[in-house]
Amino acid sequence: MRRTMLFMPGSKPGNLLNGDVYGADSIIIDLEDAVALAEKDSARILTKHAMRTFHYDCELIVRINSLTTPFWQDDLDMIIPEKPDVIMPTKVYTAEDIRTIDAYITKIEEAHGMPVGGVKLIPLLETAASIENAYEIAKASPRMAGLYLGAADLSLDMKGTRTREGYDIAYARSRLVIAARTAGIDALDTPFTWDIHDNDGLAAETRMVKNMGFNGKACIYPGQVETVNEIFAPTKERYEWALAIVKGAAEAEAQGKGVVAVNGELVDGPVIITAKNTVAEYERIHGVHC
Amino acid sequence: MIIKHTASAGTVTKNDCQVTVAPGTEGIEVELQSIVKHQFGDQMIQAARSMAEEMGVTAAKIKIEDKGSLDYVIRARTETALLRAAKEAEA
Repeated sequence: MRRTMLFMPGSKPGNLLNGDVYGADSIIIDLEDAVALAEKDSARILTKHAMRTFHYDCELIVRINSLTTPFWQDDLDMIIPEKPDVIMPTKVYTAEDIRTIDAYITKIEEAHGMPVGGVKLIPLLETAASIENAYEIAKASPRMAGLYLGAADLSLDMKGTRTREGYDIAYARSRLVIAARTAGIDALDTPFTWDIHDNDGLAAETRMVKNMGFNGKACIYPGQVETVNEIFAPTKERYEWALAIVKGAAEAEAQGKGVVAVNGELVDGPVIITAKNTVAEYERIHGVHC
Repeated sequence: MIIKHTASAGTVTKNDCQVTVAPGTEGIEVELQSIVKHQFGDQMIQAARSMAEEMGVTAAKIKIEDKGSLDYVIRARTETALLRAAKEAEA
């Protein structure tokens, strides 16, 4: 479950101390854009020590520097042994980029006696080429857990202009969510950056991308987390609908029936799977309701 | 690890500390400036000293300017400053 992924700079001790208190499903410790060139080493080392000290009560993602920089291998050498849940590669262009990073992580895992493949990948798609190659990237490695859209750099690469309505990234969003769904991994949306205090704007954009099929959205400010979490979480009404479907399907299966009507709704395979996912997601968030 | 020149890491901002490392002649000397020196000074000095020892440093002067940093920050800033101080100076 990745409704929210909250960014925090790897160079700021106060942020690393409070990483998991805002309720985000994931935190992204950033070693890339949030860190000045002269401080890449200090941010990497600070992040390593933070990971050794704190047990974050959420998924831990580390965003590393891109393959086009001299930093990405040092980032992985230092961070992988600390067992992050996910590495977020940046400025990805092709599936080969993912395979290069995958192979390098594998070497580190083997050298440290870690299970190979335990660290997952959620690359930033923020180049025109990466959008064009989205499906191949999504299928490039068993480590792949999601695709994450980076609108700011994509706009730069496209020589376009960001629009508040999202016209400039409409195709990229669609392409990314289709690629992710086809590959069976998460689709994760770019953060809302226009005004960190505009919760109405944030909510409207979040509803839109949820309707498109995205699993979650990155946040650049702790105050955004609650709004995004609420929109991506199933409502109580939706949970009760799903619970009735799951119970009805179980009874039908016990009676040897393939199709069943629940509250007048004809229920078959895809609806049952959706209902089971909804129940599981709701209960992960709220606990099991008996 | 040989400390070749003076180098610093960290900042003098909230929750952080600035660690400055310089070549020493004998042993590891740690100087601490902190408003909580009386309460936590020994622990903070030990965090820097143990980091230096783990890195194989036998002689260095380490100065910590603390602004409310936890031990993990002191260790991280000390490690960074030591690595920077051990590098050859760029021409």
